[in-house]
Amino acid sequence: MLSYIFKRVLSVVPVLFLVSVFVFLMLRLTPGDPAAILAGDNATPETLQRIRDAMGLNEPLLTQYVKWIAGILRGDFGTSLISGVEVLDLVAKRVGPSISLAVLTIIIAVLVAIPMGVIAAWKHRSWVDYLVMSFSVLGFSVPVFLVGYVLLLVFSVKLGWLPPQGFKPLSAGIAPFLERAILPALTLASIYIALIARMTRAAMLDVLNEDYIRTARAKGVGERRILFVHALKNAAVPIATIVGAGFALLISGVVVTETIFNIPGIGRLTVDAVLARDYPVIQALILLTASVYVAINLLIDLSYSLFDPRIRY
Amino acid sequence: MELRARDLSHEPVIVQIEDLVVETAGKTRFPVLKGVSLNIRRGETVCLVGESGSGKSVTSLATMGLLPKDALVVRSGTIRLKGENLLALSPSAMKDRRARDLAMIFQEPMTALNPVMKVGAQITEVLDLHSRMGTAEKRARVIDIMEQVHLPDVQRIYDSYPHQLSGGQRQRIMIAMALILEPALLIADEPTTALDVTTQKQILSLIAELQEKHGTAVLFITHDMGVVAEIADRVCVMRHGEILESGPIREVLEQPKHVYTRALLGSVPSLVPREARDDASGASVIAARNLGKTYHTGSFLGKKSQVRASFGVNFDLSPGRTLGIVGESGSGKTTVARSIMRLIEPTEGQILLDGDDIAHLSPSAMKPKRKKLQVVFQDPFRSLNPRWTIARSMTEGPLNYGMSRADALAEAKRLLKIVSLPEDALGRYPHQFSGGQRQRIAIARAVMLKPDVLVADEAVSALDVSVQAQVLDLLAELQRQTGIAIIFITHDLRVAAQICDEVLVMKRGEVVEQGPASRVLHQPQHDYTRALIDAAPGRFWDFAAGKPLVA
Repeated sequence: MLSYIFKRVLSVVPVLFLVSVFVFLMLRLTPGDPAAILAGDNATPETLQRIRDAMGLNEPLLTQYVKWIAGILRGDFGTSLISGVEVLDLVAKRVGPSISLAVLTIIIAVLVAIPMGVIAAWKHRSWVDYLVMSFSVLGFSVPVFLVGYVLLLVFSVKLGWLPPQGFKPLSAGIAPFLERAILPALTLASIYIALIARMTRAAMLDVLNEDYIRTARAKGVGERRILFVHALKNAAVPIATIVGAGFALLISGVVVTETIFNIPGIGRLTVDAVLARDYPVIQALILLTASVYVAINLLIDLSYSLFDPRIRY
Repeated sequence: MELRARDLSHEPVIVQIEDLVVETAGKTRFPVLKGVSLNIRRGETVCLVGESGSGKSVTSLATMGLLPKDALVVRSGTIRLKGENLLALSPSAMKDRRARDLAMIFQEPMTALNPVMKVGAQITEVLDLHSRMGTAEKRARVIDIMEQVHLPDVQRIYDSYPHQLSGGQRQRIMIAMALILEPALLIADEPTTALDVTTQKQILSLIAELQEKHGTAVLFITHDMGVVAEIADRVCVMRHGEILESGPIREVLEQPKHVYTRALLGSVPSLVPREARDDASGASVIAARNLGKTYHTGSFLGKKSQVRASFGVNFDLSPGRTLGIVGESGSGKTTVARSIMRLIEPTEGQILLDGDDIAHLSPSAMKPKRKKLQVVFQDPFRSLNPRWTIARSMTEGPLNYGMSRADALAEAKRLLKIVSLPEDALGRYPHQFSGGQRQRIAIARAVMLKPDVLVADEAVSALDVSVQAQVLDLLAELQRQTGIAIIFITHDLRVAAQICDEVLVMKRGEVVEQGPASRVLHQPQHDYTRALIDAAPGRFWDFAAGKPLVA
């Protein structure tokens, strides 16, 4: 197991290397002078020259890459062209809201979707099943902004139960955090509930046809225990995969929802950076996203062995 | 060993099934069981025999109350267990009876246990559901029953997962689970069909032993007449949802009343090997010299290990003759077949096809040789592409070798006639045929290319005996007509005895005995061959003649 983890972590290195080369070349190979791009439209020739010197643009590409990557390893991602703030600080500030929102969303989604999927599979081809499936189609097809605005309209504007916008970190207390995070989390969860419920239902339907489920029935095991003890753990691997992938997507930011609810997360930072051509920030965000994906995939793979003893690393 | 002849008439009747009618659910009711009646006394074993689709499993599932809800419904009849009508019980009352009063074991020990639960916990679950024992008491009970089913190293197995156990061990776990609460009735649905013969023998005697000990009534479902002869007190022969004939084992085997029973008994292949045919030509069409395959595993960081799947295989096979490769699962017989077919590359030795060594030919050099080597696989349900018509499956090979489409279709028609299928079969899809028909199609497909050698890998193992007899006849007929050499891989000694001229017995990758079938199967030299023959169920009985075999 340990040696497997070690091997997997090692295998991450080439992936991140390729990403870093891509990110590095993104700026260097864009048509035009990187210094001009970095400096923006109103730069003086002196500024340009200073940037060229600082970035070592006159040096060979390889030297530039080594210097750049060495900087990143020290935590130096450069400074934002727009705000002049250190990129690391900028991103770090945005990670908190994104992660806490992602966690809340996934918790809600899992708690709702898995029972939904299990019950749909159990009552296969009954009205319950059709209801769950219809909801699932709805969850996919209704745009996020619509769900978000409807929730806002109902719970904040009409009922006045919840503040409409903004974000309070968990450190400010659970209640203030939940008060502001619950609507965006529900909004986001609608898609994931649809996705996870579908996957749970499909995996459960497969498992419920297995011989060992018949064995359990022959032992006199009750339906609830068959579903949640015998079947669900066997169906867990595909479900874990989709939950993990969903979580990674959430952390790398969800623009529309963050915009609707005015949350200072990674998603909005990304869009702002792209629109303003804030290259150092964009570079850092791509590296961050890639790392998150790689790490979560590793965790998903490791989680398989928790569910299925036949999978051993 | 001989037929059971116990008098159980003084024992109480445990199960009484009367006029049980089961139909398919939904608007178009189709009868699946048409009034089945049988009863079983305490300590008695009743065998339900029949071919696939006869309704024997439906009878057992109906008794357990485990019919698939949306597919099959009990229309009428009663199933009484110790006088109480099970069909009148509420679902929760029935759930409570299962495992306590009636229990069931299934065919596939590989899939019948939950793969993510330790087997000890799976047995304990029965006690959790049906008793109020303390943890220590439960554990003691489970260990005790595990010892009763003769599992080795019980403490370790208690904490094992199913995939860490062999098929025989898993079936023992199933039996332990079924019998821990000493139910009055045990239903065993083909419990040994998926097991090797030597394991089968152990499981059968285990069931008999525990039956003796606890006085269990056993309903044993099987398609294998050999098994019936070993264990039955009484037999019920089923076909198309009806019991055609029932009676004490000796009566049914000696004087079968129904035509179907006679046909069924007549198609059980005899264990007495037939004499080898004369080897007229003497020239071998295919031969193996010291053939072997070793698998290497392990990656650049892990430890390397190797598995010798087969080694030291030698044989010569001349046209028109049949070589049998016999062995249990994991003996390496399929590895040999795959090597000969060059589906895998052997790691040692030679394969001589018409004198040329093909052991290490490249795929392109192998291509012209391929048409001389054809194969028929075990599972007729998976060896034809479900989305292709029979015509397309059959003509693909010849078309690859440059035959014109018209010629290929004409040949396909001719062969379908030989394998007794209608001509319009060409335009149909595999799912429209039964297992036996599909296997005949697979054979026709294989001989389309006029191969010199046909490898049949367990080609009749998945078929009912009557169909099996037809397919074996077909192979013999084709062999007579075309002089094809057949390499027949099987775990079934009866089949091997009937069609092989020469036999090669394999164990753990090694050939332990080799020679003319009449000698190897009649006067085995090696202990393992002897063990295999001893384990063949019903070997003391001549089914076709209806009398004991005289040794």
